[in-house]
Amino acid sequence: MATESKTEKLLQKTGASLPRGEVYLIEDRCKGCGLCIAFCPKHVLVVSDRFNKKGYHPPELVEEEPLNVCINCGFCERICPEFAIFVKEKKKEE
Amino acid sequence: MSIIKAETHPLDDYLRTERLPHVWCPGCGIGTVLGAYLRAMKNVGLDSEKSIMVSGIGCTGRTAGYVRMDSFHTTHGRAIPFAVGLKAARPELNVTVFSGDGDLFAIGGNHIIHAARRNANITVIAINNFTYGMTGGQLAPTTPETGITTTSPYGNVESPFNLAGLIAVAGASYVARWTSLHVRRLEKSLEKALKKRGFSFVEVLSQCPTAYGRRNGMRDPVDTLKYFQKYAVVKNHVNPLEGVIEPNKPFILGEFVDAPEEATFEDKLWELTKSEFLHTSQAERSEWIIEHRRHLEILSRIISGRGEDNEQS
Ligand SMILES: Cc1ncc(C[n+]2csc(CCOP(=O)(O)OP(=O)(O)O)c2C)c(N)n1
Ligand code: SF4
Ligand code: SF4
Ligand code: SF4
Ligand SMILES: [Mg+2]
Repeated sequence: MATESKTEKLLQKTGASLPRGEVYLIEDRCKGCGLCIAFCPKHVLVVSDRFNKKGYHPPELVEEEPLNVCINCGFCERICPEFAIFVKEKKKEE
Repeated sequence: MSIIKAETHPLDDYLRTERLPHVWCPGCGIGTVLGAYLRAMKNVGLDSEKSIMVSGIGCTGRTAGYVRMDSFHTTHGRAIPFAVGLKAARPELNVTVFSGDGDLFAIGGNHIIHAARRNANITVIAINNFTYGMTGGQLAPTTPETGITTTSPYGNVESPFNLAGLIAVAGASYVARWTSLHVRRLEKSLEKALKKRGFSFVEVLSQCPTAYGRRNGMRDPVDTLKYFQKYAVVKNHVNPLEGVIEPNKPFILGEFVDAPEEATFEDKLWELTKSEFLHTSQAERSEWIIEHRRHLEILSRIISGRGEDNEQS
């Protein structure tokens, strides 16, 4: 699991929050290459047990509040060669 | 929170989604680089109605078939002359060549150095996966020394071309090199390349797990990206001749050339021929060309000595 970085400790102390993202997937476009999983800086994507229509295992999101969560960095969206995964900013809950 | 099911992707407007999934192998970097290109297009606000993508033959050459804009999949090695001609006739269009290292630097090598020398106002994206991916992984002019390919089973004994260096000394206006891992910087660099007037060239080192990686200890696409992560050194504006790539040694990424604007090939052609056209602007000339296309075709047949009925020969 990702260890707490200095920034995260600081955020906790000051009560500020990380940007948060919602992860979207067009499951049947995924070819299970694992690039999004390997390079997510927060390690919140894992291989799922599911098969998609083409027989590949698409990624799954495993978050652990409050720190090991998607921070909307957009890297998975940019590295995905299949135009399958993308993120949107998660609006703060009131 | 789990992954949310989606039907459409933010880049779908720029893609022929009806043709997806594309042909590229799982984890091939071509799709990633295409994504960076389409994001750059979107960020600079290029109109797809006024943009054209030209590709040659190869896995990378298949890109032309997936973009939702006019595109042309030329014969092997001829993407550059097609694009240069297109831009000369229709200077108001944004013309991009998107092709492979083999297509652009082996069979098409002469075309690209001369297009750079002429400062043709086109953008060229070269995916350098160190091999001819489509035909099963033969030795390319970009294969690193010692690299194993189907035609160098004991290891490559040749020195590869430094693509960015070669195009820089040939006279290009913008030259950069990134990898399929450096997606954000690649996207920003492509924005600059698209906006630049003059010949712009972006080399993108990319993984071909199927034909090259498999034979060189990088069977998994993640392996090549980890290799890039380990050895890439980002430095801007160094001497492009320092941009050599040797196996298991650091290599330079970054912007090598961002030259002040100079007259392009099309500008000079226009200056030379505008009196012949009796039109007041390049836009009017383009309209004239579209209107008289049929006559121009017949004329060019007469000039080249080809009749109407042996069109195919
Ligand atoms: C005139 C001609 N010669 C040879 C070929 C065979 N051929 C097809 S693709 C290719 C090389 C493609 O390499 P590259 O441009 O690096 O593309 P990649 O597949 O690696 O993306 C070759 C030699 C051909 N199609 N036409
Ligand atoms: S946006 Fe960033 S943090 Fe969120 S899942 Fe994608 S790669 Fe991970
Ligand atoms: S990068 Fe794209 S294709 Fe690869 S596993 Fe992730 S979602 Fe699937
Ligand atoms: S052969 Fe190589 S370059 Fe071609 S699609 Fe497969 S991984 Fe990509
Ligand atoms: Mg190639």
